Amino acid sequence: AMMVPLDPCNKPTSQRRITEGDTVVVYERHDSMRAVTVSAAGVLQNRFGVFRHADWLGRHFGSKVFSSGGVGGKGGRKAGGGFVHLLAPTPELWTLVLSHRTQILYIADISLVVAYLELVPGCVLLESGTGSGSLTTSLARAVAPHGRVYTFDFHDQRADSAREDFEKNGLSSLITVAVRDIQGEGFPDEYSGAADAVFLDLPQPWLAIPSAGTMLRQDGVLCSFSPCIEQVQRACETMRSCFTVVES
Amino acid sequence: APPPPQTPTPVIPREAWEGCSVLLDINDGDRLAFFRLTPGRTVKIGDKSCSLQPLLGRPFGSLFRVGPSGLVPCAANDKPRGGGGADGQAQDETRDNRSLVDNNTAQTLSSEDIEAMKREGASGDAIVEALIANSSTFGNKTVFSQEKYKLKKQKKYAPKVLLRRPSSRSICETYFKKYPARIGFMRVDALSLLLSMANVGAYSDVLAVDMVGGLVVGSVAERLGGTGYVCSTYLGSAPSSIDIIRMYNLSSDMTSRIFQAPLGDLCSLQSAGDAPSVLSGSIQRDLVEPAAVPDESLQSSLAKPINTEVSDGNAQSMTVQPINMEVPEPATDDHLNQGDISMSDCKGSNGNSIAPKAPRAGKAPSPERMKYWGEHGFSSLIVAAPDHEVESVVADLLPLLSYSAPFAIYHQYLQPLATCMHSLQASKMAIGLQITEPWLREYQVLPSRTHPHMQMNAFGGYILSGIRIHRPDP
Repeated sequence: AMMVPLDPCNKPTSQRRITEGDTVVVYERHDSMRAVTVSAAGVLQNRFGVFRHADWLGRHFGSKVFSSGGVGGKGGRKAGGGFVHLLAPTPELWTLVLSHRTQILYIADISLVVAYLELVPGCVLLESGTGSGSLTTSLARAVAPHGRVYTFDFHDQRADSAREDFEKNGLSSLITVAVRDIQGEGFPDEYSGAADAVFLDLPQPWLAIPSAGTMLRQDGVLCSFSPCIEQVQRACETMRSCFTVVES
Repeated sequence: APPPPQTPTPVIPREAWEGCSVLLDINDGDRLAFFRLTPGRTVKIGDKSCSLQPLLGRPFGSLFRVGPSGLVPCAANDKPRGGGGADGQAQDETRDNRSLVDNNTAQTLSSEDIEAMKREGASGDAIVEALIANSSTFGNKTVFSQEKYKLKKQKKYAPKVLLRRPSSRSICETYFKKYPARIGFMRVDALSLLLSMANVGAYSDVLAVDMVGGLVVGSVAERLGGTGYVCSTYLGSAPSSIDIIRMYNLSSDMTSRIFQAPLGDLCSLQSAGDAPSVLSGSIQRDLVEPAAVPDESLQSSLAKPINTEVSDGNAQSMTVQPINMEVPEPATDDHLNQGDISMSDCKGSNGNSIAPKAPRAGKAPSPERMKYWGEHGFSSLIVAAPDHEVESVVADLLPLLSYSAPFAIYHQYLQPLATCMHSLQASKMAIGLQITEPWLREYQVLPSRTHPHMQMNAFGGYILSGIRIHRPDP
């Protein structure tokens, strides 16, 4: 099922069955989940047992499946007894299962950022840095199906990993990843005046704020996330010279 | 050089148009009010009644000052906010208030003098400068105190009006500040969490119980962007008011996605194959009387036929207001009503405004649509009924969700959610159950003056979230 549907037919409704190639989120416990790509010969092993992907094919999302193992186990109750649930992937679940290459944002901050940036379907936004793509995935959902997220990271390999994740999650048409040092160089000129929103998660965001101002359309929104109050202070000071309504 | 990106056509209108809903921010958040830009509408600033006409066609985010004949566009304040080495000044700041005596003798200009200046056409800024010049204590104040003094005088004699575009965020914040009871004290961070937890996005089919004036339905409709659907269901025989959606400037595409259906109709969608929930599916229940009755008066006649299948035996004495775009907001609400909200003189332009002929929000869904939802399920559920017990509502609605669909339930108080969570755990209809208490604190951030705002609201409500699962046949 598509993590972010680009088409009404792609939604994970009750009619949809798990098929080969689908990404499912295997829910073991509330604090233990992982993303798995379903393949005919695939096997998942965890503390609850051995699970054959083949037993999952044709089932509903949200199904409870039991471990095989033991003789002739067919995912039936009598084998193993351990079970997991197979969930349809969403940006929220992705945030909980993705591999951390950097510190990530979690749903509390993500939800506030999406609301503060006033995102609706069709918006264009710029993000720096991409990091592990946790927020980026939620941003893509907010602007789908026709909006765009242009995201930048100064680290080659992490940009590649993010791009791979987005590809696997069917988000490539929504998200473009580029390698660029936004603090040093600002955003690319070709996006001038094209952005509805800009998001910054940088160690020295004040260096990028003037450029963000140039990228934004009239009444567009800039949001900068900083873990430390000193960063917030410097960022606010810079914002006051090129923005109205600065709130922290 | 890479070719210029093919960016999509902008979707957010950036200029105010005739008939649109705007949020006026007077004096930097001191006063917030919604208005509709219809001919003849005015706003009262100080003792002056100003026409809103100058706002038409202006970009959102524009600033206005009050000139002799009304609102005039002006440039943003070149605020002397700690510019020019405020940090240095702070370190050298040796002044304090030890010699200040508040005996009302510091200012030598009298109110008659000020009136005379106004009559002679002196600008607000000139009056402020004169007040500063005639204050014997001004020079002894700290630089921060001087700034504060100047700003205070400016707000009184040279008020500024900021034209803002209403959005989920600004609408929620404004209501939370002014009429929090109407939105069940749902703070913006709680609303944002609901939308994310319920995975609201394009093509979603969202099932909602909105007893917060339409704040949830409006925000969901915004996030759907003219795709998908939001079905707002209600207990009792008549829907509760969702009038807040009129603040959102929803396009006709978006409003056509908003449906309302009574709970009884939806419950009959439940397909036979579903495992019954542990709790009774009966619709008879004891509804807690809403603690905060909205002051909208009960309309004497309903605008359209209400579904007469009264599913709830307890006909509630809840004050409800049917969705009728033509009826103006009742006069008790002075701010919102000020030249505002009446849809009858709204004109269509840019296809953006809600023309009176456009499909009304909140109509009943077609049988085909109901059938679709019965077979496919809703993609998520949001419940915002902050004065009611939610346990049985959720038990009734959860079976209507698609398998693996998320749900998010807001409540002002913790206990009803704890009860609901317990039931859901026992019913084995959901996993990933958790109760979240969102927390948001706003700060003033200025050089050497960074601190939380002096007033903070401690309660933004709680959210119970989880995912509906497919129960295997026993």
